Amino acid sequence: MLRFVVRRLALTVPVLVGLSILLFLWVRALPGDPARALLGQRATAESVENVTRLYGFDRPLHEQYFTYIGALLQGNFGSSTQTGQPVVELFKNGFPATAELAFCALLFAAVLGIPLGYFAARRHGTPLDNLTVGASLMGVVIPVFFLAYLLKLVFAIGIGPLDFLGVFPTAGRQDARIAATHPTGFYVLDGILTREWDAAWNALKHLVLPAVALGTIPLAIIVRITRAAVLDVTGEDYVRTAEAKGLLQGTISRRHVLRNALLPVVTTVGLQAGLLLSGAVLTETVFARNGLGSTLFNAITLLDYPVLQGFILAIALMYALINLTVDVLYGVIDPRVRVS
Amino acid sequence: MTLIAPGSGSPVGDPFDGPTAHAEERGTSLWRGAFARLRRDPFAILGAVIVLTFVIVALAAPLLAPYEPARAQWGNQVTPGSVPGPSAEHLLGLDAFGSDLLTQLIYGARQSLLIGVVSTLIGLSVGATIGLLAGGIGGWIDVLLMRFVDILLSIPSLLLAVSIAAALGRTSTSVMIAIGVAQVPIFARLLRGSLLAQREADYVLAATSLGLRRRRVVMNHMLPNSLGPVIVQATLVLATAIIEVAALSYLGLGEPNPTVAEWGRMLVKSQDRLETSPQLALLPGTLIAVTALGFTLLGEALREALDPKFRR
Amino acid sequence: MVVEDLDQRPPGQPLLQVRDLQVRFTRRGRDPVRAVDGVSFDVRPGQVVGLVGESGCGKSVTSLAIMGLLPQRRVEVAGEVLFEGRDLLTMRRDDLREMRGRDIAMVFQDPMSSLNPVVPIGLQVTEVLARHTDLDRSAARKEAEELLRRVGIPDPARRLKEYPHQLSGGMRQRALIAMSLACKPRLLIADEPTTALDVTIQAQVLELLKQLVRDSGTAMVMITHDLGVVAGLCDEVNVMYSGRVVERAGRRELFGHPRHQYTGGLLRSIPRLDEPRGGTLNPIPGSASDVIPWSRGCAFAPRCPARQDDCLVPDLQLVDDVRPDHLHRCVHPVPVEESTP
Repeated sequence: MLRFVVRRLALTVPVLVGLSILLFLWVRALPGDPARALLGQRATAESVENVTRLYGFDRPLHEQYFTYIGALLQGNFGSSTQTGQPVVELFKNGFPATAELAFCALLFAAVLGIPLGYFAARRHGTPLDNLTVGASLMGVVIPVFFLAYLLKLVFAIGIGPLDFLGVFPTAGRQDARIAATHPTGFYVLDGILTREWDAAWNALKHLVLPAVALGTIPLAIIVRITRAAVLDVTGEDYVRTAEAKGLLQGTISRRHVLRNALLPVVTTVGLQAGLLLSGAVLTETVFARNGLGSTLFNAITLLDYPVLQGFILAIALMYALINLTVDVLYGVIDPRVRVS
Repeated sequence: MTLIAPGSGSPVGDPFDGPTAHAEERGTSLWRGAFARLRRDPFAILGAVIVLTFVIVALAAPLLAPYEPARAQWGNQVTPGSVPGPSAEHLLGLDAFGSDLLTQLIYGARQSLLIGVVSTLIGLSVGATIGLLAGGIGGWIDVLLMRFVDILLSIPSLLLAVSIAAALGRTSTSVMIAIGVAQVPIFARLLRGSLLAQREADYVLAATSLGLRRRRVVMNHMLPNSLGPVIVQATLVLATAIIEVAALSYLGLGEPNPTVAEWGRMLVKSQDRLETSPQLALLPGTLIAVTALGFTLLGEALREALDPKFRR
Repeated sequence: MVVEDLDQRPPGQPLLQVRDLQVRFTRRGRDPVRAVDGVSFDVRPGQVVGLVGESGCGKSVTSLAIMGLLPQRRVEVAGEVLFEGRDLLTMRRDDLREMRGRDIAMVFQDPMSSLNPVVPIGLQVTEVLARHTDLDRSAARKEAEELLRRVGIPDPARRLKEYPHQLSGGMRQRALIAMSLACKPRLLIADEPTTALDVTIQAQVLELLKQLVRDSGTAMVMITHDLGVVAGLCDEVNVMYSGRVVERAGRRELFGHPRHQYTGGLLRSIPRLDEPRGGTLNPIPGSASDVIPWSRGCAFAPRCPARQDDCLVPDLQLVDDVRPDHLHRCVHPVPVEESTP
């Protein structure tokens, strides 16, 4: 088992290295002076010269790369060209909001999606099943930001006769008027930890619409995968053997159907992380939540290269960790994988 | 061209394999059978209708649209607080910049089709080549190419597209390239996986033992069998591309001119008028969703129709 | 003399009585498929009955219908299946579930796909015991170990914790046999249990089945397309073609004096060691899809060398014109003298 984990880790390292090389080359491949690109608006003749010497832009390429890697490993991801803040700090500030949102969205998608997919499969061919399939198909194709708009419109702003539905807040993570302390930066958790119940509740209300918007596509995907997996497994020979043994329906569902059907589902849930990360960028701007997403959005608009580089690398790292976790989880559930 | 379909059902009495069933299935190639099944599938028909409508509107835009696109001719009628709604001259009213909304939507279809098709083709050609080389040749070329693909996959595809588009500058072309590159891994893995799976297949063994050269085996035998999944994937990828174009517009990448007819851009620019004129956002957004839905339905239906396991 | 009424046979209540079983699969927009078209046979306690035929003749579907394992949608089952007097087809599903595994058990063809890949072998055996007996956990485990030992799996204690992919094909099938016999059922249905195995293992598994069945007095229905398996194992044989039984006889009688032309064709097609080398094989001409419905005549007629016009009579009945316990459905059967001694 340990060998399995180590092997998987060993495979990820070259990929991350490759990515760092690409990112490194990215800035230096831009037209014009890389120092200027890095400084953006704050470029003066003097600062350009300083930065060039500081980052070693006048040194040979491979030397530059090692300096770059060295800095990365020390935790220095550079600073924003707009605000001058270290990228690491920007990341730390934005992480809790995005993590909170992504977690809730994933929870929403999995807790709703897996049972829905299971029951749709059990009632294969019935109107309920067809409805589920149709709805999940539509859920997959709606652009995240459009859905975010719609939800905001209907449930926050309120349109015409359906005005009464506009109960949710339109923006932000928490009402500024509420007195709240934030030891961890995860607002809902903070409210619970400090027993400021209305702060927690308020933060939760601000999470609902964004989480639903962000989680709808993963929900649709999870429903489809679960349904397909359960249908597949139900047709397998070993389920027939279990029936031939006269086992109770519940035993068959638990031990034979679900235990096998959940394998692809687990992988999928883990892979949704990617969707959540990119979706967060779009959702946070619609709902004006200050997290990694909106920071990244600003960086894209203003072409803040250090932030872009740093964030992308950090996201790749997170992504790789999540994939590794999924693989390990898969190995725990499916004994066949452990041997290879 | 008859396709050799590897791997059929169980050798002994599969319950659905009654004695009279054989006569009907005999002599039906994979594609003809698939087409017959598609015709009976309501989802497939719906998808095909949507796709066809979309393509026709996109191609015939100059003929269908009442006015010229992106001219903002009636900008004086637009105020910060309101945008003119439907009227006799403008069936859907105006957009936020003063162009005819219907015209913008129609030309938006054209833009989406263009970018969608081009980016998918980029992804398909580059990805399929990589996959073919990796799967067909194997060895360290396989390892090298697949590591490269892994790097592309190390970040979520939207962020990848965003990075590339940001690096290449604010044009439609950079958007096409960016989305195309983001789709490369899908096709690369698909082709490689298909080739690897077939390498062990009996018919490949048979062809090789007959003395056929490897390249011929790959091109003439394995490639056609991979065609089905590739077409399915291309359709689904087109659906994603259409959505990703919109997303990239939303993030401020792509065509810089704000009046240009592109659904995603229209969606973004209508954000502040959400309360007063929701149709400015709802119409393009719904069109994006419906078009993507059409391609998805078609692609999924194709996948089921081509699956040899479903030969009933 | 036409004898269709099997209940007139010598006394001794049969364990299983299948009466005019019919199974139809309906399809969207096409004609339904009659997989089983009026099958009747008996199984007496302790008897081994063979169900022989080629792919698609309906023998597997028959067994699934008996066990109640056919899908519920798009399938129509008619007829009677009496097990110890109770009709399995009309029984409540919960009652049938009680009987499965405990009174009637089944072994399937492919041992790899018939085992749950993510559950240890031991649990797959003990779950049957847990379901139908009141053995506690440790007693069940001991019993499982004993069962594995009895089917010839070496080092059974270790095997309990292993997963299916860690066992060889032969051992997996043995494990499946152990699971099926765990609660000492009175009837075992074996659907091509050795077809997916290596030839050398085949013989071993068949020998095992023979021995187990004899020792425990379990009756068995052996479904196979392999006449060699039948010859070594079965007391009575039913030859099926296109959904119906076309011949029934005791083992020796069937091989010695086949009557239906199909049976004759099957036996002739087996290459023999005492034939000269370099001779041609004698396959049955045509293919399994060259059939006509039984309602229009003998389904085998299109491929039959002895076909005549009077073979196209609807719904041919089983007759016994040689011995009372040898029935067949042939209008122009293989002449008695022609058969091998």
